[in-house]
Amino acid sequence: MRTVFKTSYDADINYFRHGAQAAWYMLLLVLALCLPFLMGTFWIGEMTNMLIWAIAGMGLMILVGQTGQASLGHAAFLAIGCYANVLLQEKLGVPFLLSFPLAGVIAGLAGALIAMPMTKLHGIYLAIGTLAISILTDDLIVIAEPLTNGVVGLFAPTIDIFGLQFDRYATPDRFYWLVLFVAVVIILVYRNILRSPLGRAFAAVRDSEVSAQAMGVNVARTKALSFGISTAITGLAGALMGHFAGIFNNETFNIIISIQLLLMIVIGGLGSIHGAFFGAIVVALLPQAIAISRDLVSGFVGGGTVAIPGLESAIFGALLIGFILFEPMGIYGRWLKIRTYFELFPFYRKDMFRRQKSYLKTERMR
Amino acid sequence: MDVLQLLVSGLANGCVYGLIALGFVLIYKATEAVNFAQGDFMMLGAFITLGLTNEQFWGLPFWVSVPIAILCMGAFGYLLDMLVLRRMFGQSQVAVVILTIALGFVLRFAAGVIWGHQPVSLESPIAGKDVRFGGLVLGLDEVTIIVVTVLLTVLLYFYFNRTKLGVAMQAASQNQLAAYYMGIPVKRIHSLIWALAGAVAAVAGILFASKGSIDPSIGLLGIKAFAAAVIGGFGSLPGALLGGIIVGLIEPFASYYIAAGYSQIMPYLLLFLILVFRPHGILAQVHRKKV
Repeated sequence: MRTVFKTSYDADINYFRHGAQAAWYMLLLVLALCLPFLMGTFWIGEMTNMLIWAIAGMGLMILVGQTGQASLGHAAFLAIGCYANVLLQEKLGVPFLLSFPLAGVIAGLAGALIAMPMTKLHGIYLAIGTLAISILTDDLIVIAEPLTNGVVGLFAPTIDIFGLQFDRYATPDRFYWLVLFVAVVIILVYRNILRSPLGRAFAAVRDSEVSAQAMGVNVARTKALSFGISTAITGLAGALMGHFAGIFNNETFNIIISIQLLLMIVIGGLGSIHGAFFGAIVVALLPQAIAISRDLVSGFVGGGTVAIPGLESAIFGALLIGFILFEPMGIYGRWLKIRTYFELFPFYRKDMFRRQKSYLKTERMR
Repeated sequence: MDVLQLLVSGLANGCVYGLIALGFVLIYKATEAVNFAQGDFMMLGAFITLGLTNEQFWGLPFWVSVPIAILCMGAFGYLLDMLVLRRMFGQSQVAVVILTIALGFVLRFAAGVIWGHQPVSLESPIAGKDVRFGGLVLGLDEVTIIVVTVLLTVLLYFYFNRTKLGVAMQAASQNQLAAYYMGIPVKRIHSLIWALAGAVAAVAGILFASKGSIDPSIGLLGIKAFAAAVIGGFGSLPGALLGGIIVGLIEPFASYYIAAGYSQIMPYLLLFLILVFRPHGILAQVHRKKV
């Protein structure tokens, strides 16, 4: 295990703890940049999908992982970002370079606006409130048909930046790089928020609202800000999702997507950027993994490739139950344990990551 | 007359929502956990009854299969708590929410594999018959739903307030540690509550299946019932029923007087307004949080 000798206060908030860590992440970035040369068109599409989910996951992670507010309604903000982006381009002729950030701003404002009355709510009530928002948005898209084209849906135009075309099908590599660029920018934004006083305020609110208030944190404002930033990032992911899907309607962003998004970051590991990416890998690649294993099984058994409806979400659900019961820290938590085991070899103890036992007291009758 | 018909069918719908909401509230009241799979419990209860009753499967008499289904769901609830949810003891509410959502996915898949995804209807003796009150013609299924729901709610209300076990359940819900000190077997109480919720869900499922056809995705009705529970006030049994009835009534009246497309958003709009202006529901049971 490497011990870092800290010589300045900045060492606590640097992007990387030491040079070797920075080198590894740079290597990962280079690998991600070279991916289009290593993979075929189909897999680049899948990787793009994974990155978009990861961006949405990071958006939700700021809210759930950092501020501790559960939201079951983030598909609503994916939808707002997506519709805002495409409508700005189609109806007002705004170029993508402007409409894309504007979509994020609109989704963020919507999120902050909705958060204001909701900041009073805790835990489960908040989850229900956001659930209601997700369902309402789904229905509102259908009702606002003149603008959104209702259940028929809208086409996302090809992205055009200074004459360069970005299209999912015509130029998948370029589209991948665009999404990768956005993802890297969002990672930087995320890291910087965590380094700033705002990020500390988020953590304080997550760990104890009462003590955060005692430390002088404006809880309502912090929650609203967290909502705003989270939904803005989710809105950007939604805009990309629209371009990726090509055609979308209210069903593209239904309540199941909201739930899946929350489940995804739990599987990945709450409270870290890694968690969003691990979760996105599971969500984006699970259908492919199922398809491949089905082909393998039918290859051995010799039966036909029978599609079982709902198998995907059932496996997802079973995975999730396993993780919540046995590894509440998610994939990233497991990775941390494995890494610590090897770093401290042979001094790793089983109890090093043991959770504290606590007794639940009601929130109703105190 | 139209209004009266709407009223009764809305009430019947509302009672089913209320019964599912009752399941939510039972579990929440006693274990502080929120069971998002309650709607899927209802679906499972309905399908077990259907599997026992319908000619196509086992072909048992309806009145034999109903108690079996209720017992099955009770046992399912008990075992679920014993084997899965007990491990979640003392963890955050949201973790339990996520766990039960995932459980719902798995249950829906299992029901789809066993009974298929096509809508099927239960061969129930109360389906499709009429009763007459003077000049008024009402569906027997709707009247039965209302009567059974009211009976069940009254029963549960007295159970929680008058019996020793019911009071023990309330105590376990308010402070687990203190309940332990008083000699209450908190873990077993929790499992019993889950069993009770499973049984109530089975009743709701049977009533719902008597009214129309069912398929594995009706478990998503749980979301609406959830809204009902919150509107009525989470943690209050009469509140759950009241919320269910409000949601049940608001839907047909909204589609009758406003427009069909708006009927499904009305419950959630109401939910949102309730959360903003009266966050703990109409019959609130919440007191201010202290450190």
